[in-house]
Amino acid sequence: MDVVWFVVLSAFIFCIGAAGVLTRRNPLVILLCLELMLNAGNLALIAFARMHGSGDGQIFALIVLVVAACEVVVGLGLIVAMFRRRLPIDVDRLSELRG
Amino acid sequence: MSAGTYGWLVLAFPLAGALLISLGWRALPGRAAGWIASGAIFASFLAGIGALFALLALPAEERVVTASAFEYARTAGFDADLGILVDPLSVFMVLVVSGVSFLIHLYSVAYLASDRGYARYFAYLNFFVFSMLLLVLAGNFVLLIVGWAFVGAASYLLISFWYRRTTATGAGIKAFVINVIGDVGLVIAAFLLFSETGALDYAGVFEGAAAVFTPNDGTLVAACLLILVGAFAKSAQLPLHTWLPDAMEGPTPVSALIHAATMVTAGVYLIARTHPLFELAPAAADVSAIVGTLTLIFAATVALVISDLKRIIAFSTISQIGYMVLGVSVFAYGAGLFHLMTHAFFKALLFMGAGSVIGAMAGEQSIDRMGGFRKAMPLTFVTFTIGALALAGFPLMSGFFSKDEILAFTLNRGGGYVVLGVIGYVAALLTAFYAFRMVFRVFFGAPVEEARELEHGHVAHGEPFNPATGEREDTDVGFPGPEHHVAERATPMAAAMGALALLAIVGGAVGIPGVTDTLEHFLEPTFEDSRFLEAHPSEGAEWIGLAVGGAIGVAGIALAFVLYMRRPGTTRALQQRFATVHSFLANRWYFDELFDRLFVRPAAGFGRFGRTVVESAFVQGVLVGGTSAAVRAGTSLAHAVQSGYLRGYALLLFAGLGGMALYFLIVSS
Repeated sequence: MDVVWFVVLSAFIFCIGAAGVLTRRNPLVILLCLELMLNAGNLALIAFARMHGSGDGQIFALIVLVVAACEVVVGLGLIVAMFRRRLPIDVDRLSELRG
Repeated sequence: MSAGTYGWLVLAFPLAGALLISLGWRALPGRAAGWIASGAIFASFLAGIGALFALLALPAEERVVTASAFEYARTAGFDADLGILVDPLSVFMVLVVSGVSFLIHLYSVAYLASDRGYARYFAYLNFFVFSMLLLVLAGNFVLLIVGWAFVGAASYLLISFWYRRTTATGAGIKAFVINVIGDVGLVIAAFLLFSETGALDYAGVFEGAAAVFTPNDGTLVAACLLILVGAFAKSAQLPLHTWLPDAMEGPTPVSALIHAATMVTAGVYLIARTHPLFELAPAAADVSAIVGTLTLIFAATVALVISDLKRIIAFSTISQIGYMVLGVSVFAYGAGLFHLMTHAFFKALLFMGAGSVIGAMAGEQSIDRMGGFRKAMPLTFVTFTIGALALAGFPLMSGFFSKDEILAFTLNRGGGYVVLGVIGYVAALLTAFYAFRMVFRVFFGAPVEEARELEHGHVAHGEPFNPATGEREDTDVGFPGPEHHVAERATPMAAAMGALALLAIVGGAVGIPGVTDTLEHFLEPTFEDSRFLEAHPSEGAEWIGLAVGGAIGVAGIALAFVLYMRRPGTTRALQQRFATVHSFLANRWYFDELFDRLFVRPAAGFGRFGRTVVESAFVQGVLVGGTSAAVRAGTSLAHAVQSGYLRGYALLLFAGLGGMALYFLIVSS
């Protein structure tokens, strides 16, 4: 199969993830969408790795998985912390960083 | 000790006094500051006498002693030492300055006794004497300029001594500005001479000038004229004289010391000191002689009509310095310096008398309000009259010998100088007249209330006020103190005035033509290769000059007697008859107004232009305003971006990413 299909699929998934990050207000869903974006990137990396016949891209993808896991840990930890302090689970209402 | 060591001692005492008083004034009780200051000046005077004897012990041709404390700067072609020059001229000046200064310090001890700025006054006064002695002892142009600027600064401090009087601070600024004009002239003259002769010490400059310049060389004349700018500014000659009458805002002893006896004669000293240059550039000397003559007649006419006692004496000072400038410009160095000395005596005496009278009038200075103080103030009356007689050139008084010697020299030059001499004699008549106008108006006639009270033993006490504007004042620091002092009640004042009266009578004894000539012989080593000796009139001519001068002096006094004593009211009729002339003279020939139009108003207009157009519109509006507007716009943008919404930041991130991707796509395709 041509690499283009994989890349187009990856772009679609990335855009879906990005749109989710931009539009959703629940931090949990935003995290899910972030995962989508990361995995879209992984897909593109692996597709290109196969095209070039080298293992570098696959290694990158593995590292991204590790980073994604770390990110989820931090993100979920934040959400739990917010929940415990009875803060609203809504990123639009958490706007104290406004300059 | 050598003459050089004495020279350093002369400088050390007033400096030590100034430092001691200015640093330790808190610990000095009562009048201690005054006595310390007077003692320092007296020690300086004694050191001056030491220098005199050390110098006299040397053979005549070796009487030029230089001493250098350290090398200021020594590079290729530029040698400047912190060096002094002790020769007959500088020792003469040291003795006059320190001697008269001592008496004026003594007078001030009592005169300013109730002033809140007592210690400050004496610190300034000692600093002034130090500066003046530095000026006359300086061995090169660098140190001369240092002393020259120091006396200007001291003069500013003392004119503005009563610093809460706006008239006094204004007068101080005026004096300082005009003095700085002179300083600039002197500095440029020193640069010119240095670039042409490669030397800064007097001997080097004079030798170099004689070798480099032909007579009346353009550069040399320019340098001499610049020296004259310095001399005229310091000595209040036309057209740089306007600061001196205003300087009378200072305390009266300051007027006596700085603006009569010492500082204002610095210009005369400078011309005498640089006489080899002026002899090489006779054109500059002629300019100086003409300006001196114009000044002496101008100031004498103004002194006829103005009514402020101190300002009459101030204009008299300008006039008398005109005589000295004329003298040293027609190579009559001995005579000019002789007049400098006698003038220091009698003019300081007149100012002291005026201070005593003003004290009795509780600060009032207008002679229109004075009269009849003869019985109330016998000591002041006698000493003031002695001063006036000396000023008028009454036969055998000190001024008689000195002034008429200058005029005898001038007439002896022949040619156009005769005109200058004749103007000098006319001014001598006016001088005698205005001197006795003061005496008759202040001491004779019906006693005013203050005089009658003083006869009963009460010194007048009024509300403190500014004599120039009539504004009410208080007596705290920055204004004159509450007590007024008259010579009859204050021993130090009486002692100083008595000593000066004696000197004003007998001071002429050092220069009686053909009899003593002491001063001329003493100064001869300084002027031995000048044209002083060849310009010297014969003894007979000098005596004729003296006789004419004496007759003119007596005539002036007689005229004043007739107008003010025999026929009082004549002057008022004259004033009404010639109202235009009177107002022209009373307004000092409108010099102040002329300068106001020519310099002050354009400068103020330029300042306003700078403030409104340059500062407000351009600097504040365009530069500062533009910068701050740009910064403000930038910050409000950055502020708007910080919305606090997570999606906002994410959108920016994606937009940036997309933008970069788009950019690379466009570039790569």
